[in-house]
Amino acid sequence: MNPWPFVTTAYFVTLAGGALIALLSYLAMRRAEK
Amino acid sequence: MATLHAFANPARFLKIAKPLTPALFWAGVAMIVLGCWAGLTQTPPDYLQGETVRILYIHVPAAWLGMGGWSGIAISSIMFLVWRHPLASVAARAIALPGAVFAALCLMTGSIWGRPTWGTWWQWDGRLTSMLLLFFVYLGYMALAKADADRGGDGRVPALYGIAGSVLLPIIRYSVVWWNTLHQGPSIGLTQSTIDGSILWPLPIMLAGFTFVFAGIVLMRMRTMLAVAKSEARMRRMARA
Repeated sequence: MNPWPFVTTAYFVTLAGGALIALLSYLAMRRAEK
Repeated sequence: MATLHAFANPARFLKIAKPLTPALFWAGVAMIVLGCWAGLTQTPPDYLQGETVRILYIHVPAAWLGMGGWSGIAISSIMFLVWRHPLASVAARAIALPGAVFAALCLMTGSIWGRPTWGTWWQWDGRLTSMLLLFFVYLGYMALAKADADRGGDGRVPALYGIAGSVLLPIIRYSVVWWNTLHQGPSIGLTQSTIDGSILWPLPIMLAGFTFVFAGIVLMRMRTMLAVAKSEARMRRMARA
């Protein structure tokens, strides 16, 4: 079984999830502090 | 303790949080980039797991933050109930969503790691099931905190729930010791590890990076909640005038 699809998917899911929650939190903060 | 009380003042907190938010966030991002590069290209494959061992560098930080987030909620809840610090209640509510996201990411990366190493995406064993329970407990906390805020509650019920939920943390930690599970036993301790140093060294970089990013996100969410509360208070004053 080729391990790389599993490794890259795991990294993508974590980095995308982290980036998404950071972006949403940042946008909400900017809107609230305006 | 006097310092802690001083930071409970929202104005003083904001003065510190405003420069600290981008500093923590971008320092964390830089460390994650460095950790990903090191974890994906600079470490050898494991003699048993091969290249899939590289999932360790994102799975462990996600688990650390999923559990660490709830520790933060429990500590903030105790501070709120004992000292009535309004910022402690804000901190607990700010931690809940990122904590739930990282608990979910821990479950997802664990599942992706399980398929090539265990031959299955999911197993109802002690560690996986207790971590899934923690995720549901996070969802319960968020629903409860929202309901409490909507009915104008004083935040005591979510705080009690936050403390009660912390009973899951030792269960998750020791699940691999108490039950014979598919998940491996404890391999990383405070002073020693069963993982070879040539594979382990990017992990502290990733743990620190994700922790800094998590702290930056929590500060953003606390600032949002404080700004919304300030705006609502202003609207109420205007309505009364």
